[in-house]
Amino acid sequence: MTQTIPPTPDAPFAVEMRGIVKRFPGVLANDHVDFELRAGEIHALLGENGAGKSTLMNVLAGLYRQEAGIIKVKGKPVEFHSPRDAIKSGIGMIHQHFMLVPSQTVTENVLLGLDDPRFFMRLPEYDAKVAAVGERFGLKVDPRAKIWQLSVGEQQRVELLKMLYRGANVLIMDEPTAVLAPTEIEGLFDILRSMVAQGKSVIFISHKLQEVTAIADRVSVLRRGVATATSVPSRGATRQELARLMVGRDVVFALEKKPGNPGKIVLEVKDIHADNDKGLPALRGFSLNVRAGEIVGVAGVAGNGQSELSQVIASMRKCKQGQVILNSESLTNHNTLFGIQHGMAYVPEDRNHVGSAPNLSVTDNVIMKKYRQPPISHAGMLDMSAAEKLARELKQAYDIIVPNVSTPVRLLSGGNLQRVILAREISGLPNFMVAVQPTRGLDVGAIEGVHRLLMAQRESGAGVLLISEELEELLSLSDRVYVIYEGKSMGEVKVGGVEPDESLIETIGLMMTGTPLDQIQKEGVGANG
Amino acid sequence: MQQKLGSLFDALLPVIATLAALAVGAVMLLFLKVNPVEAYAALWDGAFGSSNAFAETLVKATPLLLVGIGICISFRGDVINIGGEGQMIIGAVLATWVGLNFTGLPGWLTITLSMMAGFLGGAIWGGIPGVLKAYFSVNEILSTVMMNAIAVQLMNFLLRGPMIDPAQAEMASQIPQTARLEEIFRLPRLAPTRLHLGALIAVIFAVLVYILLWRTTLGYRIRAVGQNPHASRYAGIKVQRYMVLALLLSGAFAGLAGATQVFGVNYRMITDGSSSGFTGSAGFNGIVAALFGGLHPILTIPASILFGALLVGANKMQRVVQVPSALITALNGLVVVFVVSSEIIRKRRQRRREAVAKRDDETPPPAVEAGNKKIQQAEVGS
Repeated sequence: MTQTIPPTPDAPFAVEMRGIVKRFPGVLANDHVDFELRAGEIHALLGENGAGKSTLMNVLAGLYRQEAGIIKVKGKPVEFHSPRDAIKSGIGMIHQHFMLVPSQTVTENVLLGLDDPRFFMRLPEYDAKVAAVGERFGLKVDPRAKIWQLSVGEQQRVELLKMLYRGANVLIMDEPTAVLAPTEIEGLFDILRSMVAQGKSVIFISHKLQEVTAIADRVSVLRRGVATATSVPSRGATRQELARLMVGRDVVFALEKKPGNPGKIVLEVKDIHADNDKGLPALRGFSLNVRAGEIVGVAGVAGNGQSELSQVIASMRKCKQGQVILNSESLTNHNTLFGIQHGMAYVPEDRNHVGSAPNLSVTDNVIMKKYRQPPISHAGMLDMSAAEKLARELKQAYDIIVPNVSTPVRLLSGGNLQRVILAREISGLPNFMVAVQPTRGLDVGAIEGVHRLLMAQRESGAGVLLISEELEELLSLSDRVYVIYEGKSMGEVKVGGVEPDESLIETIGLMMTGTPLDQIQKEGVGANG
Repeated sequence: MQQKLGSLFDALLPVIATLAALAVGAVMLLFLKVNPVEAYAALWDGAFGSSNAFAETLVKATPLLLVGIGICISFRGDVINIGGEGQMIIGAVLATWVGLNFTGLPGWLTITLSMMAGFLGGAIWGGIPGVLKAYFSVNEILSTVMMNAIAVQLMNFLLRGPMIDPAQAEMASQIPQTARLEEIFRLPRLAPTRLHLGALIAVIFAVLVYILLWRTTLGYRIRAVGQNPHASRYAGIKVQRYMVLALLLSGAFAGLAGATQVFGVNYRMITDGSSSGFTGSAGFNGIVAALFGGLHPILTIPASILFGALLVGANKMQRVVQVPSALITALNGLVVVFVVSSEIIRKRRQRRREAVAKRDDETPPPAVEAGNKKIQQAEVGS
């Protein structure tokens, strides 16, 4: 494949976004973000989960409307009210989850929603048209094939074909490689190169550094809704630099971390293997241990097995191989009650669907793990006044802002709901706690509250396993951090009480993108360990 | 003030919906060249006009209430029980068998045993789809409906063969019915009307089911599983067990409804080959009554009385103003459609209120500081 000619710095802008602001309840997803795309380039948009990449691109694709800022296409200001408007301006987005009708053919899917053909399908004619577009860009797909017969890589090509057929000049690809096998990734890159060679521009959303340096001409980096780098030539950038821009270096030490006093091991996970919901391996021999009185972090980009890890520990997912030992008692593949009775607390990732029952009241939710014993129940009869008393006490102690404890928890804000869950879990006096993404989607005040509660657990001598995608959170709270990548441990780094140096962040950044710690040390790229 | 009016409106919504349905019914009556005022007066008179009429209404309401409180349990547990008809039949068959065979015992004991047999029969008929759902992921809507068909044929078989009235067995007519229960084995009447003890039993059970659902750990588990099976599993509840229990208990109350019909109204089982011939469709109408009562066992009591009144009053209306019986069915259907639709309005209003409440909730930044100090004092030190 021919190398792309790097676009000259003065190539015209295909897209300009200036000062884009987009807010969601409690989060500033895009904070005055500038973004520019030149004609004929592959531009990578890099950032962690929740950095605001998808939001920014959804604004460009007409799915969201920005609250402030302007978008220019080929120098002209535009306003998009729907994806249809964006397509009309030549901007098409290919989502991570394909939007195809499985029982229809490629051509039928490409034509879906178009006004042409008007009434009679005349498929053979359009098969030829679709095939011609595919030919031009090196997209090899049989137009008559049904979608369900195609591999994921081929389906992705159909999505591309759909956009190209509609005359898209700017193609936004949301983490296109996440669903592909390594060989298919090469194929995709070839296609992207041939598209830009013909004047199209591509925005490539990713958090994988290798891919970005392999394919992109320039890179923009987002972190927490702010652009930390705009249009950096990827050729000059090193992976370390990009990793740092992505995960950030300004770790905030809002918390006073007393020197740790780790005791005996409370939780040990030995070489566990488990599948995800689709039946594909998610954990491939992961091990870790947590001691009493320490917070152990698990870092990693979303979808590398973190959820499955927490579920296996909490006995909510079967583990195929390996062991989970809590207080020298094996709870591998026991039921959840066993872990609860042995002092495990679990703050699940999904606080709305797993951590709480939204239509039940605050009271009903806080007694979920306590209703079995006095004072909440006696011989099968619930003592609702005792339950309400407990709920009111917890509401007071944990500052749960709610008119009264019989309010259903679906009415609570994210921070309040998380406090309900933490109140329930901590009041069970656990000796070990797993917390998964405990601060996701919370505002700053609520985050701080959650952090303090976790710290209080550590100081009271409980072991805490903190699984998070927020590196800053992990670094400010943890005593040690394991990095997980594709279900395997990339190694373990000590964090300590002092401000972590940049090289540590770089090291973790590299581990998160797939380089094992021992390799980093061998190559001498990062320091620490 | 506005808020008060709003909540009053919400509370009255089912009543308003019923009135709206009757208004549409009035238009239909006009097309039939019938004076709607006259017709509805007859309906009211038929349902509440005399102590006999009111007793009749309560008699019709009894099976609706028993089925309805069972529905409260299953729907609260997020299992849909459409099998009330079959469960009523099996409960009735089992109860009748006990009532006809345990004749050596004192009356009260045989009646008690019969009611328990009805409860058990319904429990079995509800428990089977429950097990199928919980352990084999069989859709309970389908399986409970199928179980209805099986129950009907089982009843037809038993009433034509093994359980047929010995007197009928010798006659040429061969009417598929059981022998009549002896007088001492019937549910006592409560007044000089057809009102029987079953009505009181139903009300007592409605209260008990309320206690079960909101005051016991069992009910708590059923509701938790119904609201969120993931969270329940996470909290250590054996989700499948409580799915089965919800359907089983639901069936049990339908079975009891079947038993009270035999022991309080007909004193024998007789079949015309269909399920509604025996149940009067109470197995289905009980669902509507429970939904009308907001799946709350106590509120299901007035809801059942309303539908009982509609059933009884409609008969009178039919006789007085000479409208086709199909209109009565249509009128019932209209009430159901309007009431169910009004639920959508209520939910929308509730969502709007919640959206406002949530917006207010976001603004004040939580005072984490103060709270955490308390926590550290109170909770640290495990």
